[in-house]
Amino acid sequence: MLSELKARLRAESCEEYLCRLFERIEKSSLNAFTTLAKESALNAARQFDKNPGQGLLAGVPIAIKESISTKGIETNCSSRILRGYIPPYDAHVIERLKAEGAIIVGKTNMDEFAMGTSTETSCFGPTKNPWDQACVPGGSSGGSAAVVAGGEAPCSLGSDTGGSVRCPASFCGIVGLKPTYGLVSRYGLVAYANSLEQIGPLTHTVEDTALLMEVISGHDERDSTSAEGARHSYLPGLKDGICGLKIGIPREYFGEGVNKDVEKAVWEAIHTLESLGASWQEVSLPHTRYALAAYYVIAMSEASSNLARFDGLRYGSRQEEDKDWHTTFSAIRAKGFGPEVKRRIMLGTYALSAGYYGRYYLKALQVRTLIKGDFMRAFHEVDILASPTMPIPAFKIGERINDPLSLYMADVFTVPINLAGVPAISVPCGFVGHLPIGLQLIGPHFSEAAVLRAAQAFEAATSFHEAKPEVI
Amino acid sequence: MQGKHNTKNTHRLKNPALDQMARVFGRKEPLYLIRWFNAWDDMITREDVEHIGWLASIKIEDEEKDELVEHFNTILDYFHQLDEVDTEGVEPTYRVVDLANIFREDAACPSLSQDQALKNAPRTENGYFKSPRIV
Amino acid sequence: MEDVIIGLEIHVQLNRLQSKMFCGCSTAYHDSLPNSHTCPVCLGLPGSLPVINRKAVEYGIKVGLALNCTIEEETLFYRKNYYYPDLPKGFQISQYDYPLATKGHIMILGDDGAERNIRINRAHMEEDPGRLVHAGTIDKAKYTMVDYNRCGMPLLEVVTEPDLCSPKEARVFLDKLKSILDYLDVFDGTQEGSMRIDANISLKGGDRSEVKNITGFKGVEKALSYEITRQKNLQRRNIKVVQETRHFDELRNITVSIRSKVGAHDYRYFPECDLAVMRIASWVPAIRAALPELPDVKRERFVKQYGLADDHAKSLTSEIKLANFYEAVAAQASPKLVAVWIADVLKGELNYRDLSIGSFQEEHMAEIVQMLEQSKISEDGAVQIIRTLLDRIGIGGSPGEIVRELGLCKAEDDAVQKAVREAVAESAAAVADYKAGSERALNFVVGLVMKKTRGKADAGEVHRLVKEEVDKA
Repeated sequence: MLSELKARLRAESCEEYLCRLFERIEKSSLNAFTTLAKESALNAARQFDKNPGQGLLAGVPIAIKESISTKGIETNCSSRILRGYIPPYDAHVIERLKAEGAIIVGKTNMDEFAMGTSTETSCFGPTKNPWDQACVPGGSSGGSAAVVAGGEAPCSLGSDTGGSVRCPASFCGIVGLKPTYGLVSRYGLVAYANSLEQIGPLTHTVEDTALLMEVISGHDERDSTSAEGARHSYLPGLKDGICGLKIGIPREYFGEGVNKDVEKAVWEAIHTLESLGASWQEVSLPHTRYALAAYYVIAMSEASSNLARFDGLRYGSRQEEDKDWHTTFSAIRAKGFGPEVKRRIMLGTYALSAGYYGRYYLKALQVRTLIKGDFMRAFHEVDILASPTMPIPAFKIGERINDPLSLYMADVFTVPINLAGVPAISVPCGFVGHLPIGLQLIGPHFSEAAVLRAAQAFEAATSFHEAKPEVI
Repeated sequence: MQGKHNTKNTHRLKNPALDQMARVFGRKEPLYLIRWFNAWDDMITREDVEHIGWLASIKIEDEEKDELVEHFNTILDYFHQLDEVDTEGVEPTYRVVDLANIFREDAACPSLSQDQALKNAPRTENGYFKSPRIV
Repeated sequence: MEDVIIGLEIHVQLNRLQSKMFCGCSTAYHDSLPNSHTCPVCLGLPGSLPVINRKAVEYGIKVGLALNCTIEEETLFYRKNYYYPDLPKGFQISQYDYPLATKGHIMILGDDGAERNIRINRAHMEEDPGRLVHAGTIDKAKYTMVDYNRCGMPLLEVVTEPDLCSPKEARVFLDKLKSILDYLDVFDGTQEGSMRIDANISLKGGDRSEVKNITGFKGVEKALSYEITRQKNLQRRNIKVVQETRHFDELRNITVSIRSKVGAHDYRYFPECDLAVMRIASWVPAIRAALPELPDVKRERFVKQYGLADDHAKSLTSEIKLANFYEAVAAQASPKLVAVWIADVLKGELNYRDLSIGSFQEEHMAEIVQMLEQSKISEDGAVQIIRTLLDRIGIGGSPGEIVRELGLCKAEDDAVQKAVREAVAESAAAVADYKAGSERALNFVVGLVMKKTRGKADAGEVHRLVKEEVDKA
């Protein structure tokens, strides 16, 4: 789809296309964009119209999640405490996008500091799912998914700490990839849980995701967790098919707790893959049921440290004070952070604190080793794994927000992937009523090419990716 | 770093800061610093919530405390299922991909200008960030 | 002092590096505008990530080896979490378990004159926080200003075991440490804030107090002396010494309690996942082989090779530049004489003028000592030449020129003898007084001789000659 768009932009006028896009955005009720970079985008479009250049994404508009630093454009992670913060630098991925001619349209709504599964904890209010505006778009990259599904941008970037790209991709019926940990530089991504998160693309098609991955992946010397090696090439061989591919079906990802329609759709998808030449077998990831607890302990602990810098002294909002710094900063943080963020910071502080470090944090890291081991063992027998992305379709806005634990439970199939650091993609594979369902394909570390190939094969044999919500 | 840390699976673990003191001065850590929290029955109390708030530099209003106690205990209770897992001899995974010796060379690069550094600050004076008083 | 227990934590800024510990900002921030040496990393902007300065690690290993430590094969960084306005990330990247270097020692001369072994618990790497500027004193200021130029500077923290027994020993230890660091050329001690000391002190049987962030070795000695007195007073009145953190007030020479809440120091250490581990065992042999000759070894060699007295050797090896200066000059003139003139004279003149050894030329020193050896100038004359050269820094000149200019050429023996005879002949009254028992009367005659030789004769020599002459008569 991006390849067609690129050709169209060269033939027609990028500026006009963007104007129409902005009109659509300004009329939208999705609440998916938080900041629009209209002036700079239109300038870039005019430049493109004069001289298109050879960039892989020349002229292509892209929306960026609020937590990815964009120089000169407000980056506030949908939090009051960072309102008004304008980074003096671009994230690595933004530099890469710009180098290939992409045009940043604006920033998209998210759960505050990426803590959530529904984009309801944002200080800007919830984003609506284009398929049903009474429902959540998923989270935390709900805005990024909604703009793509809702036709407000042809592609976007999100970040995935425990499913935050795959969940909204699943709920919004689009493609979303969480790369292998270290494949995409995190320099410029406002950290929530730094040992778990990766930036990933959200697009209409697998080919578009492959293209974006070619642009944003590769070593960055400013990120010490960045994998060695130059940028990777994912388009060649993408459509080679999956003859002989061995698919593992983890038994723990099906059965009780999974919506019946979701399970049915995913099984149909597996059979489709089978018909394309793949084979499948059951595997077991026995420590799956502990993944949620391990994930949340680790994520909260890291978050409590990563968010310690927000105190209103160097950036962000601050009210007047006549007290000492600790009292003042505590008040600023209490007002500036939403309840979910405060809860996680405090629980994380507790988990790391004296006497509890071994009980919670260290224990969770040991369980993480076991979970990673489950995946490694499974990949000795099979090439990729298949499962539902989410156990349920999108739920109603307001339905789960007051029960934190029930919200955490929705991440059950996405968090193990972050714990192991392996790549996973969500592709649309059906509907529950009018709400989309996602199929999750998981591969070993640095197997993006194989995962994309399998996803591409499935997409080519189906038409779920062509369905559009009424709002378009 | 894979596994190079204390992997003992006990509740009463050493306080990192006190540990350093204890090693330098060979003294036992004072009990009051270990028993902040009601560790024996793992239930968080209002006092615990107050202390966590202080430690996390987040002011907690009185009205919020009860709800926080409830939420915390529910979530921590859920976390306790990790106790079921036998992790004897299992190394913790801090970094999911094992990289080592990632460095940069010792060469000076241009810094942000003073204006750029101060640009986002709510309060500045004469090129400094202005902070509330210390004491 | 038998009942005093002191341990030190010394923070050394590795300011000979070009760039900061985790980012490329320049380390030359002194005399710069505030907040003009920062970047997203050291300012802790959201989304920034640290990257380790390789050379800083090399320097850390160098120091560890020089302190006789064991270097950890696999070492890593941790986050030390606490809130303070000078800490932009809300945590400091430091080390905790598996620090870079452990279990070392330094030998010092104890109070009792015997050599004492002071054990080093560890030396680890970390980053410096920013600098707070209070409008007034820390406890009275209405607000505080923050400058992050210093933030992210590479620090090496050296922690001793509580082996020191007195403020003086602490001072001696610090001098020794500074000397070693100077030899390794990892740190410029003349820069402000380049070395900061936390001192822990307790009396036997009592709790300890910690005095933080003392700059300057004199300050350490004063702070510790004050603390001993304070704690002894409390003990005498049967009041328990409270375990607490104190701050040294340099103006009033006292320590002041910084009230800190119980449990304040729960740093919640956990490994810094944004940084990779460091496997550095293979670096150690090459770094060890490249270590310079350290002060103790050099001192022993000076004693053996040049036949110097121990205190001269010690004085000359306190700084590497001074030691090198000495050896260059000692190659050109009598080593023992050179030692006297550098350690006892030049060093004093330099200190008086707050100058370093770099302000004096080796050739000049050699020339002066050679002239002394050849009796071409007197000792007073030599001192005058040194002082003149130092007073004329930047203007130039050489010892030979100054000798000619000031007429310092030692008077010929004959001329002196002649002047003595004449003076004795002219001072009959003084000679009579001397013979009657007044020693002082001789000085009159000596003065006359000096006048006749226009001060060029050596006064001591003249006194001897006059006495001889008078006694003859």
